[in-house]
Amino acid sequence: MSRTLRLARVLLSVQYAYMLEYRAEIALWALSGLLPLIMLALWSGAAAAADLSLSPAELTRYFLAAFVVRQFTVVWVIHIFEEDALQGRLSPYLLQPLHPFWRYLASHIAEQATRVPFVLAIVLAVWLLGAGASGWPPPSTWLLGLLVTHLAFLLRFLLQSVITMACFWSERAAALDRLLLIPYLFLSGLVAPLEAFPPGLRRLAAATPFPSMVDFPARLLSGGEVDLLGGLATMAAWIALLLPLYLLLWRAGLRRYAAMGA
Amino acid sequence: MAIIHARGLGKSFRVADKMPGLGGTLRHFFARRLKDIPAVRDVSFTIESGEVVGFLGANGAGKTTTLKMLTGLIEPSAGEVEVAGFRPFRRQAAFLRTITLVMGQKQQLIWDLPPLDSLRVNAAVYGISEPEARRRIDELAEMLELGEELRRPVRKLSLGQRMKAELLASLLHRPSVLFLDEPTLGLDVNAQVRVREFLADYNRRTGATVLLTSHYMGDITALCQRVLLIHQGQLFYDGSLQELTQQLAPYREVCCDLGAVYPPEAFRGFGELESLAGHRVRLLVSRDQLTGTISRLLSTFPVLDLEVSDPPVEEIIGRLFREAAVA
Repeated sequence: MSRTLRLARVLLSVQYAYMLEYRAEIALWALSGLLPLIMLALWSGAAAAADLSLSPAELTRYFLAAFVVRQFTVVWVIHIFEEDALQGRLSPYLLQPLHPFWRYLASHIAEQATRVPFVLAIVLAVWLLGAGASGWPPPSTWLLGLLVTHLAFLLRFLLQSVITMACFWSERAAALDRLLLIPYLFLSGLVAPLEAFPPGLRRLAAATPFPSMVDFPARLLSGGEVDLLGGLATMAAWIALLLPLYLLLWRAGLRRYAAMGA
Repeated sequence: MAIIHARGLGKSFRVADKMPGLGGTLRHFFARRLKDIPAVRDVSFTIESGEVVGFLGANGAGKTTTLKMLTGLIEPSAGEVEVAGFRPFRRQAAFLRTITLVMGQKQQLIWDLPPLDSLRVNAAVYGISEPEARRRIDELAEMLELGEELRRPVRKLSLGQRMKAELLASLLHRPSVLFLDEPTLGLDVNAQVRVREFLADYNRRTGATVLLTSHYMGDITALCQRVLLIHQGQLFYDGSLQELTQQLAPYREVCCDLGAVYPPEAFRGFGELESLAGHRVRLLVSRDQLTGTISRLLSTFPVLDLEVSDPPVEEIIGRLFREAAVA
């Protein structure tokens, strides 16, 4: 156990040091994730906002929470894995007694840690602007919300890791992730709370893992009404489905790995 | 005791077969044709524990593909391979702790951080305690003449320093089987010599088995008594380097500095003309005619200086590969 903890500590600290080398780039990434705040501005001024079952303050809290969730659920493993597989950098990882999955996971967590100051600054700026900042849920809800946000990250990481396995069959698998971006944006709750969707579209969204990635943790963080156990059970079910699928595809993919460029 | 067994090892890669031009591109887009290219065919050998073996072949001969199969990076299409009692492709943790692969043209060190950070990760991955890791790093750094370079970002290191740091990272877990793919590629002569000395020393100290590919014959002659020669995916020599050179070099090289410039025809009957540059001529002369040829050279030409040596090993092997390609 202590060996595992030490490995996690070393991996995270080294990856954090690596990410700090790219802090300026990460600040720009954080800024590029402003979509929920843009959507907040759009919804706040739109007549359609009246049709939502949310008050202006609830709407502000939701999109601010969605911004935070989005910042801590950004996943780019497919892009880095594709490059590593094509350029042969995966080979040294495969020769060490540690599944490469953990390295990529550690680099994502380290990148999230690097984002924290930028995200806090943006949240504080929006907070100080004041719109709807009153009535925030208690810290216990925040803590639970952050925990669920990390579960949402794990789910998104697993989903993209499954798609990443296509890199063993195709040299341009990252295009698949771009294909998934549209349903992710619309069905996750990033452009509008799912409550604003027509019932049919809401049922369609509920059949995908996307609402668990933004809508559920954002509503929890913003103090909205949620079915906590139902939401957690949905996340657990998706994780239970994706994890064995990932392992199965990993084993099959390795048989096709040609260690190009190595 | 044999530590590496390869029996009938083969690997084919499926590649796209595309004709050039727009027509070929369109045909390829709608009806992709694939073909299997054999990279390694029916290769068998065994390597004893503690041996240092050179693995030679031209570019694309199948050396690196064989190394990838021996390390478990790729699955063989045919045959069997066993390293230290393990099937490499299963990549069991115990197997991965036993081996290392150093690729001269690839790096495992994190580019923007000092090598010490990558070494910390490697120590944690292999479960080496922090004090033990520090002791091993100090020991290997001393052997490799590395000091404060370990605290500088990798991108700021010279190629030689980077290669030595790569070696350190690859050997931190004390592997007993080393696969080295062009470990001195791109290094200057001094750095090549230091890396060779380090590898020889490591082999002496630990009794590790080494399989080494290199384009520099200096690496092979300095480290290996035995060589494997591979050509077009097939093994065609497995034996001692000394026997190979004796068998393939019944010639000696005679190099003369002359007092005047002569045309190439003037050296007809004095062995095989290897090169003629101004006053300097290099001839390959059969060993049994060496004395007679030298006397005739001295009596025919104004010889200022004369040197007799064995032809370089790379020339012998290059000749062998050329002959194999013609055959």
